[in-house]
Amino acid sequence: MNSTETPVDAAIAELRLGAPSRWLWGTTIVGILAFIGTQIYGFTTPSSEEMGNLVKIMFVHVPTAEISFLGVLLMFIASVLYLVRRQERHDLLGAAGAEVGAVLTALTLVQGSIWGRPTWGVWWTWDARLTSEAVMLVILVGYLALRAFTEDSGRRARWSAAVAILGALNAVIVYWSVQWWRTLHQPHSSPMTVARPYRYALRLNDVSMLLIFIALVAWRYRAAKLERAAELLREEAALKQGGSYAL
Amino acid sequence: MGMRGEIYRATSLALKDLTTERRTKANFNAVVFLAGLMLLLFGFALGPDADALRNAAAGVLWLTVLFSGVQAFHRSYEVELETGALETLLSYPGSRKAIFVGKLLANLAFILLVEVIVVPVSAVLYNLPMGRLFPGLLPVLFLGTLGFVTLGTFYGAMASRLRARDVLLPLLLFPMLIPVLVASVEATSALMVGDVMGEMASWIGLLVAFDVIFLFAALLTFETVVEE
Repeated sequence: MNSTETPVDAAIAELRLGAPSRWLWGTTIVGILAFIGTQIYGFTTPSSEEMGNLVKIMFVHVPTAEISFLGVLLMFIASVLYLVRRQERHDLLGAAGAEVGAVLTALTLVQGSIWGRPTWGVWWTWDARLTSEAVMLVILVGYLALRAFTEDSGRRARWSAAVAILGALNAVIVYWSVQWWRTLHQPHSSPMTVARPYRYALRLNDVSMLLIFIALVAWRYRAAKLERAAELLREEAALKQGGSYAL
Repeated sequence: MGMRGEIYRATSLALKDLTTERRTKANFNAVVFLAGLMLLLFGFALGPDADALRNAAAGVLWLTVLFSGVQAFHRSYEVELETGALETLLSYPGSRKAIFVGKLLANLAFILLVEVIVVPVSAVLYNLPMGRLFPGLLPVLFLGTLGFVTLGTFYGAMASRLRARDVLLPLLLFPMLIPVLVASVEATSALMVGDVMGEMASWIGLLVAFDVIFLFAALLTFETVVEE
C-alpha cells in the first residue's frame, strides 16, 4: 500500500494497481506445470502390489492434506499478528490462508473418499484423521461465514482473528480426542514408509502443491485487497450521496 | 483495580443477570420445555426398544443440553443490547475480562439449573440407573458444561450482534464443541454401562484440558471482541 493520506486514497491507488505482478504469474504457471509434470511422472511409476494403481491417489492426497494444514497455520499466524500489530494486511492474509485451506481440506476429503471406496469398501469411515479433517473444514467454513456476515471491517478483522486462533487451537484438540475415540487408519503414509519411485512422486507433489498453494494465497490476498478497496470506495460513495446508496 | 475488585464486578454482573432471569423466567421456562421436548422427540426417533434407548441415552442427553442450552447465550447479550446497556457496561473502569467472567458465571448457573431438571427427566424417560450414575455424573456434567458455556459465552458476544445470529452461533459454536461432546458422552456412557476399558480418567483429563485451554484463550481474546 502506498503512503497515501486517507484510506480512500489508498483504496483508489489499490484499485488502479493494474495487472498482477510478474512473479505472481510466474509462480502460478510454474506451479501448474510442475503439477502436470508430477502427475505424468506419477503415471509412469509401477502399480503397487497391494493397492494396484489406487496407490497413485495417495501421491496427490497426502500432499493436499499436508498443504491444507499450511493454510490453517497461515490463518493462525496472520491472526495472532493482526491482534498484536493491528495491520489490515495481516487480516486479509489470514482470510486468504483460510480460503485456500478450506478448499484444500475439502479436496482432501473428496480424494480420501475416492480412495476409501475401493480400498475399505466405504465412502466414509469414522476414522481419526478423516473425522478431524471434516471438523477442520466446518471450523474454516464458520470462520469464513463470520467474515461474510460481519459488515464493519474493524469488527470483522478483530472477531475473525479471535475465532481463527480458537479454531486452530481446537484443531489440535479435536485430533487428539478423535484419536482416542476411534482409530482404524493405516499408519501415517509418509515418504519414509514407501518405495523409492513413490517417494519421488510424493516429494514432487509436495513441491508442486506448495507452489500452487503460494500462488492461490497470493491471488486471494490480492483479491481481498481489491475487495477491501472497493468496500471503502462504496462507503465513501454512500456518504457523498447522503446515505441513499445501499451498502 | 485489584483482583478483589474484579471478582466483585464479575459476581455483581452474574447476580444481575440471574436476578433478571429469576424475575422473568422467560428464558428458563422456554429452554427447559425445549429440552424436555427434545428428549421426547429423540425417544420417538430411536424407537420404543428399551435397550436401544438406554444405549443411546448418553448421546441424547448431551445433544439435548447443547441444542437447548445454545438459546441461553443470545439472551445473555440481548438484555444488554436492547437498551444500549452494553456501552455503559464497557465504559466502566476495570478490566473487561470481568464482563466475560460475569456472563460466564451467569450462563453456567443457568445451564446447570436446566440440567437439574433435564437429567432426572432423561433418567425417567430412558430408564437409566440414577443411583449408580449420580455421584460420578456430577463432575462430568460440571466439566462438560463449563467447556460448553465458556465457548458459548465467547461466541455469543459476537453472534448476538449480527443480523444472521440464529444461524451463525451454532455454525461457529458446535464444531468447536466436538471434543467436549465426545469426552462427555463417552464418560457418561462409561458411568452407565460400567467403565470396562478404564478410560474414564482420559475423558475427564480431556475435559479439564479443554476447559483450561479455552478459558485462557477466551479471556485473552475477549477484550478484542467487545472493543469498538
